[in-house]
Amino acid sequence: MHPVLKLVSQRLALGLILLIAASVLIFMGTLILPGDVAQSILGQSATPEALANLREELGLNEPAVLRYFDWLFGALQGDLGTALTNGQDIATSIGRRLGNTLFLAFWAAVISVPLAIFLGLLAVRYRDRWPDKLISAVTLASISIPEFLIGYLLIYFVAVQMGWFSSVAMINESMSLLEKLNAIALPVAVLTLVVLAHMMRMTRAAILNVMQSAYIETAELKGLSTFNVIARHAFPNAIAPIVNVVMLNLAYLVVGVVVIEVVFVYPGMGQYLVDHVSKRDVPVVQACGLIFAAVYIVLNMIADIVAILSNPRLRHPK
Amino acid sequence: MKDQIDFMTQSVTSGKMTRREFMGKTAALGISAAVAGSLFARAVEAAGPVKGGTLKLGSIGGGSTDSLDPAVAASQVPYHNLNQFGETLVNVTENGTIENRLAESVEASADAKTWTFKIRKGVEFHNGKALTAEDVMRTMERHSNEDSKSGALGIMRGIEGMKVDGDNFIVELGTANADLPYLMADYHLMIQPNGGFDNPAEGVGTGAYMLVADEPGVRHAYKKNPNYWDDTRGHVDEVEIVVINDATARMAALQSGQVHIANRVEPKVAGLLDRAPNLTVHSTAGPGHYVFIMHCDTAPFDNNELRLALKYAINRQEMVDKVLRGYGSVGNDMPINSAYPLFDDSIPQRPFDPAKAAEHYKKSGHDGSPIILRVSDVAFPGALDAAQLFQQSANAAGIPLELKREPGDGYWSEVWNAQPFCASYWGGRPVQDQMYSTAYLSTADWNDTRFKREDFDALLLQARGELDEAKRKALYSQMGMLVRDNGGLICPMFNDFIDATSNKVQGWISDPTGDVMSGKWSHKCWLA
Repeated sequence: MHPVLKLVSQRLALGLILLIAASVLIFMGTLILPGDVAQSILGQSATPEALANLREELGLNEPAVLRYFDWLFGALQGDLGTALTNGQDIATSIGRRLGNTLFLAFWAAVISVPLAIFLGLLAVRYRDRWPDKLISAVTLASISIPEFLIGYLLIYFVAVQMGWFSSVAMINESMSLLEKLNAIALPVAVLTLVVLAHMMRMTRAAILNVMQSAYIETAELKGLSTFNVIARHAFPNAIAPIVNVVMLNLAYLVVGVVVIEVVFVYPGMGQYLVDHVSKRDVPVVQACGLIFAAVYIVLNMIADIVAILSNPRLRHPK
Repeated sequence: MKDQIDFMTQSVTSGKMTRREFMGKTAALGISAAVAGSLFARAVEAAGPVKGGTLKLGSIGGGSTDSLDPAVAASQVPYHNLNQFGETLVNVTENGTIENRLAESVEASADAKTWTFKIRKGVEFHNGKALTAEDVMRTMERHSNEDSKSGALGIMRGIEGMKVDGDNFIVELGTANADLPYLMADYHLMIQPNGGFDNPAEGVGTGAYMLVADEPGVRHAYKKNPNYWDDTRGHVDEVEIVVINDATARMAALQSGQVHIANRVEPKVAGLLDRAPNLTVHSTAGPGHYVFIMHCDTAPFDNNELRLALKYAINRQEMVDKVLRGYGSVGNDMPINSAYPLFDDSIPQRPFDPAKAAEHYKKSGHDGSPIILRVSDVAFPGALDAAQLFQQSANAAGIPLELKREPGDGYWSEVWNAQPFCASYWGGRPVQDQMYSTAYLSTADWNDTRFKREDFDALLLQARGELDEAKRKALYSQMGMLVRDNGGLICPMFNDFIDATSNKVQGWISDPTGDVMSGKWSHKCWLA
């Protein structure tokens, strides 16, 4: 077998094993949450009878192993069950929420990824001169401020004081694309600021690393312009680490934005998960956990596969 | 100058002058903005409700786990949803009296054991079906049957029999209860077609607004019910409830005009918010109280001297000032205050008295080991601060109070009603009987202070059947004293409902019986 093909298929198999392991962990994790769903649904109004009735109705009395396999086979067939708390179909609700999350993540990525790479290249081009220092200072400052604070600052100045954008980034199906984009302008801005520094610093470091190689020196000696050296010779060889950090940040944009969702009241996956965790709505927590795990595993897998494919030593075996 | 003002208010009343013009012209006459604002409001009020528009509420207390099933509603957003599409037989008004809604009349037999509700004719559900007494009975059955998971199950217990007689819905009680209509006003008991047995969460009722969009944890939209039977209510065309749990985001949404009303304004920002020219903060004294509860049957709290020591060691006024920032009133270690109809205001207020606290502490013979108070901000906003104030004043009186901070997650299942001493919150009930029956009767499910006294139970039952108001008041006064001097409740403060509205919102009424005009904001307010 071609070594690239072998490595890629190994990587895919590892991804699958990881996903199954994650599903076991998720299932076990939800078992050890304090309290149970019946108690949480009824809250302060729980009477012993109502509790017993609800537990019976929700099937909380069956053994855990049985419930795990039921759940896994259901999930494999796309059936995530119904939410215990309000009886809504989980796949449908998650579909809408995941759509919203991906919408936000997509626009944040569309802006931040090219910008980060461009700024990274720019920083290398003007290494140790003022553009490099300015870019580093600004991005490091923005990553050092907690994201909710950036959010509140933007809400206060841009939404409340100037009234340019709405402070509540609530989107729904009846809105046009333009209205939606207007609504998510502020959260996209915050997310961009948050992920920019990480990706930009990695790009800069990776390219600088490559810049010390002998073939870069050759390229320079050939008399190529600095920009050409960076863009055509250094950058392609720095793709693997850059893709890696980009994927990591994309994963964050999908699974890590719950704070931003709370601040901007955005109807995404994070808030959906948090609501259900606090109500001990186990099937939903499990479904969200599985989706988040899958997003992480798939994105990391893509990063690894790109790294494998972009490795010349593997592409041209002896 | 009076003529000019009269002329201008008339212009406002007839819709010829806007607020901005009015404020500009009155300023020119040298009238302060505050006076002009109230003049304007009065002029608008006189003009009567304006029809139309979309009224939006930004509310705390919603989640993607919410359902429209009235039986399981427990937090603010589900509560406001019910009030859009649903209606109860009767309502408790802002004055604490009973107002007939779906019941045209309410009559009790002389012994207060049989109650007859005559059901209003010509009322239609949103699905076109006419309301019958049968629907009412089915609704009550759903909330009281054995498999019910309804939050109203507890209050339905006293009912022994229900029947329909023509247009009448008749309730028979085991023991007399003069307050039955107040129980029937409970928000869980929204009348649904066939009692909601078919699909309780479909959001169909007889209310002024009909469900358009139901996105739990995000928003709920309604449009005016064209066949609504009461044309004095429901002025706007559309209503939207937007779920905004984060306090800062909720206030920002109000300030930037994305919602017209926001609830649960934090006391620390209420003053600042009220200074904004286009907003009004409404503070309404209600029956909700922030408390520390001790289990009367668990050591060391089974010792009344120790309980009294702790009660004297708390500085109530300081808590109202620092935790509620004045948006509330001091409590008196009983769950009742002046928001209740038969409250006895001659019961003496327990003061903060470190000397007396030390004396009771000595008498209790406590071994001096730390007394653990469990607390989390989930119990009530500012609970940690309140507990720290309590700790300081108690320690100053020589009582070794120690705080244990608990995670908010799971607080209501692991700590409240489980640990012997913790912080908690009660929203109050419309009448004393209901409050005491819910949490202080020996057999109550939520007797979170483990207060079990036969004499108290006997008084409660006696008061429940007593139709003479003066006698009832005296009985409630005795019960209050029992709880105050022997109970496990330390009640330092009653919190106000603090809501804020944009000045576009007119027709606001201070209603102490619940959150945001007791849910009636969309029925009575309009957009100017």
